[in-house]
Amino acid sequence: MTTISNFLAPDHQRCDNLFAVAEAAAARGDWDNAATGFVHFQNAMLHHFAMEEEVMFPAFETRTGMTQGPTAMMRSEHRQMTDLLNQMAEAAARKDSDAFLGDAETLLIIMQQHNMKEEQMLYQMADQVLAGELEELIGRMRAMD
Amino acid sequence: MSKPASLSLDQAPPITVPLRFFLTAPLFAITAALLLLWQGPDLFSSRWNPALLGATHLLTLGHMGLTMLGAIMQMLPVVASAPMRRPALAAALVHTLGTGGIVLLCTGLAFTLPLALKFALPILGSALLLFAALVVITLRRAMPHNMTARAMRLAALMLGATALLGLTLLSNHAFGWWLQSREALTNLHLTWGLLGWVGILVIGVSYQVVPMFLLTPPYPAKITRWLAALLFILLLALAPASHSPALRILLGSLLAAGFAVFALTTLRLQSQRRRKQPDVTLNFWRGGMISLLLAVALWLAARVIPALDMAQSYNPLLGVLMIVGFAMSVINGMLYKIVPFLVWFHLQSRRGPSGPKVPNVREILPESRARGQMWLHFAALGSLLAAIFLPASLTYPAALLFGASNLWLWLNVILASRTYRRINGLIIEASGHGAAAPQIMK
Ligand code: HEM
Repeated sequence: MTTISNFLAPDHQRCDNLFAVAEAAAARGDWDNAATGFVHFQNAMLHHFAMEEEVMFPAFETRTGMTQGPTAMMRSEHRQMTDLLNQMAEAAARKDSDAFLGDAETLLIIMQQHNMKEEQMLYQMADQVLAGELEELIGRMRAMD
Repeated sequence: MSKPASLSLDQAPPITVPLRFFLTAPLFAITAALLLLWQGPDLFSSRWNPALLGATHLLTLGHMGLTMLGAIMQMLPVVASAPMRRPALAAALVHTLGTGGIVLLCTGLAFTLPLALKFALPILGSALLLFAALVVITLRRAMPHNMTARAMRLAALMLGATALLGLTLLSNHAFGWWLQSREALTNLHLTWGLLGWVGILVIGVSYQVVPMFLLTPPYPAKITRWLAALLFILLLALAPASHSPALRILLGSLLAAGFAVFALTTLRLQSQRRRKQPDVTLNFWRGGMISLLLAVALWLAARVIPALDMAQSYNPLLGVLMIVGFAMSVINGMLYKIVPFLVWFHLQSRRGPSGPKVPNVREILPESRARGQMWLHFAALGSLLAAIFLPASLTYPAALLFGASNLWLWLNVILASRTYRRINGLIIEASGHGAAAPQIMK
């Protein structure tokens, strides 16, 4: 059966892979591939945030009545990561490898801690409280592009 | 349902909590280098040489211990999924008592000053036991399947046990009563300290940071679930086994196998990393894992070849490999991930939506500086190992390299904390100048 955990956690992995490709290209000074790699990575991240913020979080908040709980935290970390992604896009446009790689390093740490909290806590809570509507929610997330 | 805690700033302790530990620790390693310069080749003449005992604790407690305490204080809220109570007060107590106690212990040991040791006993004892209790109590709230939390708890228990044994041994020095089983107790003390407290902590932290920083596959579940607990039980069993050499060798071999599995798994995962570019921390960790494997191999070889066990170089080699090679390399590498990130994180969260620009982690601590210090560290390690065989010609160069490496590490941590203070000053200024100022600052 598809659950929030096994639908959204592999998407973290996908983002990680795209991150590694873009970062490696920038570290080599290969800005053509870094730029395209980065666009793929940024789109994957924003798509992941959107699935959570538009579908999964609202359902969780409605069901639990917690709007100031874990989801608020996750949303604010999404903002933090979006800011870093924007800075990286500017650095990629300037071909500024120190700025790009410095922000990449920072983003990676935030991203990994964030993913860990989602995978070890929020997704598991969501799978429990949203047990009755999993199929519908995952269908809606799948339909987003 | 309890509200899961966040990793936000309201949960992270103030940056001064870990930084005060990180800024003091390298000074103790520099002092150890000075002690080696002063004593020269005689330092390793006997394992009971007072100056050697002083130098050992400058490193194990002063350098490694303080850094690990600072890092744990920082990580604890994340690992426990709950904020720590009064972190600044706890850090001030543990840091002040700990630093004072370590200074007293090391001067007392190195210069044979029983009075200093009498003061060291209660001061250092309360600092370490308070800290161990704090960790165990805070981690009660951790998620049961968080393997890092489990290992951290076991390591803290080992720290408590190591400290209690150390205090017992110390009372012998302080009050001059003759402790009957001094050698057996010392062996237990150093094994629990290096393998239990340091080793199990490094294992638990690796589960989290190796995959995270390098994008490697996770450690196999069999390892994360069992290894730390198994090592803990084997280490405990060493206590009643101290009168049975055969049992001790059996337990020792199992411990050696456990640490070898950990080191080999870590090296394998690191080679499967998805982040391929050069990384200073990765090199530090590889050096640490190789040193650990060499120590394991040396210990096993000495069980098979009795002449090795008898050799004068055997104990110093094992000590340098475990302390400088394994523990200090790993800790040094971790500092280069923790310190710049913390500076960035605290500045970023304080700056508000339109405050001054926050430098990124590479601007806070340039890679070239970390890399240079790393080479110096490995040069110091190599020359310390060589000096054990060629003491007359190599002891002084080794001491100089070791001192220089730790001085450079200290300067790197200072550089990062200066950047924090400078930008934080700008943030305060900008918020004081009303709405127009932040635009100008940008
Ligand atoms: C409260 C804390 C501690 C105290 C009071 C203490 C005290 C002592 C004393 C008095 C000795 C010498 C034994 C003797 O001469 O009879 C000793 C040996 C030793 N300690 Fe500690 N210790 C403490 C913590 C640690 C820790 C945390 C570690 C390691 C991580 C450690 C590592 C060692 C080592 C390796 C030796 C053996 C030195 C040698 O054989 O030359 N100690 N300790």
